[in-house]
Amino acid sequence: MASSWREVVNRIDDYRWEIPTGYKPGMLVPGLVYTSEAMLDHIWQEQAFDQVANVAFLPGIVGYSLAMPDIHWGYGFPIGGVAATRVSDGVISPGGVGFDINCGVRLLRTNLTAAEVRPRIERLVADLFTSVPSGLGSEGKIRVSEKELDQVLVKGSRWALERGYGNAADVVVTEETGCIKGANPDKVSGKAKKRGIPQLGTLGSGNHFLEVEAVDEIYDLVSARAMGIADVGQVVVMIHTGSRGFGHEVCGDYVRLLGEAVRKYGIRLPDRQLACAPVKSAEGRDYLAAMACAANYAWANRQCITHWVRESLARVLQKSEKEIGLEQIYDVCHNIAKLEEHTVGGRKEVLCVHRKGATRAFPAGHPDIPDIYRDIGQPVLIPGDMGRCSYIAVGTERAMRESFGSTCHGAGRVQSRSAAKRSLQGSVVARELAARGITVKAGSMASLAEEASPAYKDVSEVVDITDRAGISSKVARTVPIGVIKG
Amino acid sequence: MQKDFEIIDHTADVGIVAYGDNISQAFGNAARALFSLITELDSVAEVVCRDTELSAVDEESLLVAWLNELIYLFDTENIVFKRFDVAVLPGSSLRARSYGEKVDGSRHRLKTGVKAATYHMLGVEKGNGCRVQVILDI
Repeated sequence: MASSWREVVNRIDDYRWEIPTGYKPGMLVPGLVYTSEAMLDHIWQEQAFDQVANVAFLPGIVGYSLAMPDIHWGYGFPIGGVAATRVSDGVISPGGVGFDINCGVRLLRTNLTAAEVRPRIERLVADLFTSVPSGLGSEGKIRVSEKELDQVLVKGSRWALERGYGNAADVVVTEETGCIKGANPDKVSGKAKKRGIPQLGTLGSGNHFLEVEAVDEIYDLVSARAMGIADVGQVVVMIHTGSRGFGHEVCGDYVRLLGEAVRKYGIRLPDRQLACAPVKSAEGRDYLAAMACAANYAWANRQCITHWVRESLARVLQKSEKEIGLEQIYDVCHNIAKLEEHTVGGRKEVLCVHRKGATRAFPAGHPDIPDIYRDIGQPVLIPGDMGRCSYIAVGTERAMRESFGSTCHGAGRVQSRSAAKRSLQGSVVARELAARGITVKAGSMASLAEEASPAYKDVSEVVDITDRAGISSKVARTVPIGVIKG
Repeated sequence: MQKDFEIIDHTADVGIVAYGDNISQAFGNAARALFSLITELDSVAEVVCRDTELSAVDEESLLVAWLNELIYLFDTENIVFKRFDVAVLPGSSLRARSYGEKVDGSRHRLKTGVKAATYHMLGVEKGNGCRVQVILDI
């Protein structure tokens, strides 16, 4: 075993580092990690390169096994991993999507300024905390029957809209318009449904959050304007959550089922968590139909939360939603597999693109992005940790050419949760944030310590790498002023 | 005295190593390790019990299925468990009775949400006693 990344990784340029197929016998394609030299030591230490190499074993993988600069050790796939497989003879892997299917980010703009909101931020955070159920073991305010849950699974955001949660315009600016087609509730276990029913309309715990933020720097005025961002100081709201226990159960069910398919189809894998089946096989198609259900559940979830956020802001600021101008900028998923058309070796081909902790980043002019963003590219939403900042970017042609239209998804952890808890106290974290003008309310003090800044890479470093590598382009930076943690 | 279980740190996730004189005991200790992450075991009383029967293709998969079943019971019934009578049977199957109680916010401090048990670095080693290892997604 090599003792340093220097013996393994080839530098392509300052932001592209290749893991040759010779690194591990069985790799079908090389690995490509978007990162800086400064970050390589950490990636090497936690053996994330090995995971990038393992993904390169997946039958039908094309191009590279990719990793974004927020890469960190996962299980099976690294977090920050992207892998595209041929639909014709390649596989789909539930582990390449992850347990929190369609974990994603939604961003809402407002006409408010930070100066207007700050005097009421304590009340606003308290109101949001009670309006949006969060935390471990929390239950939603919505109760659906199993029959109605099936409608959620098939319709996604549109189900929420029909129930009066949100505006028709929200759906237009949601990836896949908030609904992946081909969802089949019959392919989902009863246990997943039972887990999903009480958790619909909840934020959850862990790294999920709701943030009131202020724009603090704009890099691309034209794109910012297209998103309704006019000036520094403007308030936006970010929602980060996914498909809750429903998605976890779907993933668990299919990792098990596809583990059996691996034997049936004689696929050789270096890690059982990479369990997969041919995209076109019955098992592969069933997973795609179940995954679509979970993705749609997540969109309905974020759509309901959006509605409560609007009500909460209107209540606390005593203005109408229209005056506040609470319009959705965009909604992205960063744990998903999609069938997409890409150009491989000069030929257009449908690929199954796995993004596990990576965001779609389609360029200007792509038919799958809404008309209002056709000239600027798809908005990419990249949350940082609660003490630093988050970014808005747009997709690029270069991403389309080399990363299957993908870029980073966040900061990426560097410290384990228990290490963070050992070195930090939740109450101290809250006090320090308050001193910097950030009001925080969390379900538990432990979760505050787990999610504090030192536990994460600096998201600015991550986003600068993707910007300089050209796979997404920075538009604006936001800083938190109010944070709700599960 | 040998420990019943250890928690291993990973950047984004957490691992469990559990020991026992035999596989049944190690599976029980792995379950205790799981609930030690969710809440303080000492705060849990034995008020309710749930019976589980499972089978899998091999013992490693059985461990994943066992822990996922407990996560499911916690998620759907809001029960935290502290004691487990487990019998791992021939043919990679298992019968268990788990004792615990419904979560009471005034007495139980919920710590970490566990999404699922994974197959990554999964292990069931038998020799002098039994050692099992599993990575959880949290």
